[in-house]
Amino acid sequence: MVGRFRWAAMFPDEVWEHVFSFLTSDADRNAAALVCRNWNRIERRSRKRVFVGNCYSVAPTVAVRLFPEVRAAVIKGKPHFADFNLVPSDWGGGAEAWVEAMAEGWPNLEELRFKRMVVSDDCLDLIARSFKNFKVLSLVSCDGFSTSGLAAIAANCRNLRELNLRESEVEETCLNWISHFPESCTSLVALDIACLEGEVNASILERLISRCSNIMTLRLNHSVPLERLVGLLQRAPQLMDLGTGKFSARHNPQLFSRLESAIAGCKNLRNLSGFWEPGLTYLPAVYSICEGLTSLNLNYATIQNPELVKLISRCKNLRRLLVMDLIEDSGLVAVASSCKLLQELRVFPSDPYDAAEPVSLTEQGLVAVSAGCPMLHSVLYFCRQMTNAALLTVAKNRPNLTCFRLCIIEPRTPDYVTQEPLDTGFSAIVESCKDLRRLSVSGLLTDLVFKSIGASANYLEMLSIAFAGDGDMGLHYILSGCKNLRKLEIRDCPFGDKPLLQNASKLETMRSLWMSSCSVTLGACRQLARAMPRLNVEVINESGRGPLVAQPDNCPVEKLYIYRTIAGPRTDTPQCVWTI
Amino acid sequence: MASGLMLEETELRLGLPGGGAGELAEVAVIRSSGKRGFLETIDLKLKLQTPAESKESESTEQGNKATDPHEKPPAPKEQAVGWPPVRSFRKNILNVQQQSESKNKEEQSDKAAAAAAAAFVKVSMDGAPYLRKVDLKTYKSYQELSTALQKMFSSFATSGNYGSEQGVSVRDFMNGAGKVTALVINGSEYVTTYEDKDGDWMLVGDVPWEMFVDSCKRLRVMKGSEVVGLAPTAMEKRKNRG
Repeated sequence: MVGRFRWAAMFPDEVWEHVFSFLTSDADRNAAALVCRNWNRIERRSRKRVFVGNCYSVAPTVAVRLFPEVRAAVIKGKPHFADFNLVPSDWGGGAEAWVEAMAEGWPNLEELRFKRMVVSDDCLDLIARSFKNFKVLSLVSCDGFSTSGLAAIAANCRNLRELNLRESEVEETCLNWISHFPESCTSLVALDIACLEGEVNASILERLISRCSNIMTLRLNHSVPLERLVGLLQRAPQLMDLGTGKFSARHNPQLFSRLESAIAGCKNLRNLSGFWEPGLTYLPAVYSICEGLTSLNLNYATIQNPELVKLISRCKNLRRLLVMDLIEDSGLVAVASSCKLLQELRVFPSDPYDAAEPVSLTEQGLVAVSAGCPMLHSVLYFCRQMTNAALLTVAKNRPNLTCFRLCIIEPRTPDYVTQEPLDTGFSAIVESCKDLRRLSVSGLLTDLVFKSIGASANYLEMLSIAFAGDGDMGLHYILSGCKNLRKLEIRDCPFGDKPLLQNASKLETMRSLWMSSCSVTLGACRQLARAMPRLNVEVINESGRGPLVAQPDNCPVEKLYIYRTIAGPRTDTPQCVWTI
Repeated sequence: MASGLMLEETELRLGLPGGGAGELAEVAVIRSSGKRGFLETIDLKLKLQTPAESKESESTEQGNKATDPHEKPPAPKEQAVGWPPVRSFRKNILNVQQQSESKNKEEQSDKAAAAAAAAFVKVSMDGAPYLRKVDLKTYKSYQELSTALQKMFSSFATSGNYGSEQGVSVRDFMNGAGKVTALVINGSEYVTTYEDKDGDWMLVGDVPWEMFVDSCKRLRVMKGSEVVGLAPTAMEKRKNRG
């Protein structure tokens, strides 16, 4: 030990800092910080990028003090199930505390990325005024702000390179916020405003794009008509990433040929998305650049076969495909033979709530792609039927899967051929795919599948379970196995108190656990909170039965969110949330 | 709930949803308007004749689970909150794009909107486990539509579900009011019918094309033997209304 201590002191701090600057991943820097006290001090004082997976796991002021040289921060807020309206809207995830601490302690901050946070216009205003060299603002799945806040960002961030609003909910209070970018702004490289519901002034956008000669990513919203897209593309032929606006117009051969040549002029186009309200007549205008595409996102585009397959089959170099189930099995067969470099596939339901009228997308499409695309490692698939045989085939074909998320739309659907649970199918997946990091299971499942997952899924980091299992053992298998589990989210499963209490220490090794509509009681939560002071045990009861403090131990818990933290209980819980 | 469906008249003694003849009752319940007595007769007869297909079309048969998803009130079908796990943004997008489809019969779709946007209608074929959707605006005539339907169901008919196929062809035959285009699949005659704005089922081909596109809510390819003499034609309907 003494030798190592002396060794670390052999070089001045600056040398170690320089060495550490070659460690690019957070995990590597974390590892270096654990070697000895000196390295810990040097590493954290020189760390430029910090990732906070749960905004409540550490107090903002503490984080800012520990890492004084940070230039780029990623902060995530609400639990994943907030995307599906399971988390009350006032639950938390507010960004104020973070932005205030950062404005105070990180004046040189350049990049800020929030995910599932509630960001107010005041926050945006503070960001705009506090960081002189601010370059990147990314608000993914955020809400709480309006276009007035965006106007402040546009007006004040002189060196803004990236403004990304992917999947956020933005109120329209300032009509022409785009016009707040000053004439002197030439720095924009990426602009993603696809989620905006209101009108965007295309002329102002055109002028902005004209003077930003480095613009590489431009994702428009539905309000930008096809005619204006032509002008934008003509001014930015260097684009690599394009999200179109509305992709239909009245039949006009001149517009078609102008669009066609404008798109053909974008020889660097690699990512294509948008296609709001698509009309079939204009689709062929993009054919010329299909071969160069590596990513195609049609997940909101209601294009059907055969035009849909025609388009995708031309994209021979596709790595990433997001599409609706309108592609059907036949389309996926075509994908399997045309897109040999495919790595990621996501198929979304076109009619998620109309269970009576299925589209012709079944397990066969998935099997076809698993057979035909050797580099496929990430799958998200919504369908209405599945068999164990199909899952076994997928597992055999693709042992290289790292992400497998299957959602069979009707809860508890069995193998439609044998009427058995899908235990064997999913077991085959976890046993064969040794590098699986993320798994979502669905359909009829007993505790047996969780036994397999607990035993075999050694690298699994995130697991989503819904309407599955027989009882406590199911959860026990997971919590006592899955060595690398970080995030577990469960809904509508018959899992109760016992497995939680038996595996309490496991919860400290994970980022978070969400359980809703299960069989957990208040008593177990109280016990857990007493035993594990470094966990926040949050009980969410929205049915207004009176303060939870007064409720008996056997009171059922509607929703439960448990996460590890060094910050103690948070102070911003709303009425329906109680930290025990 | 099921009282308006005249189940007694069919002498089939079917149970209510969740109480037994699961898929039959559910099919009847979903089409809950009293107007379609004719359709239910057809549906129920056909479903009885081909019990094999009902197993395919309903993927939710289960023994063990206490919560039977079939125990739902009739349309709109009750959904668990946040299930399936899609973002509400997705639901809004599809609602916007389906406005001209007018799934809700009580809605009066704006004429201009209907003219500008696509006219997606669902196409079902008796015996097929899946429905398709077509955009009627992409066709300019009945001939184009029937060619498209022919293509659609020929790919289905040769998918292996129907053993040795003879394929799909189109034939014209005369019914009481005039010419009707019939798809012939695997030797049995199928006829294309559609549900109009009033909820009545009509034979395709009776009215001018544009009028058809405006009033067609969904298409159904049914066995010819079930149709003859039962479906009112547009002419007869107008006559009856006086």
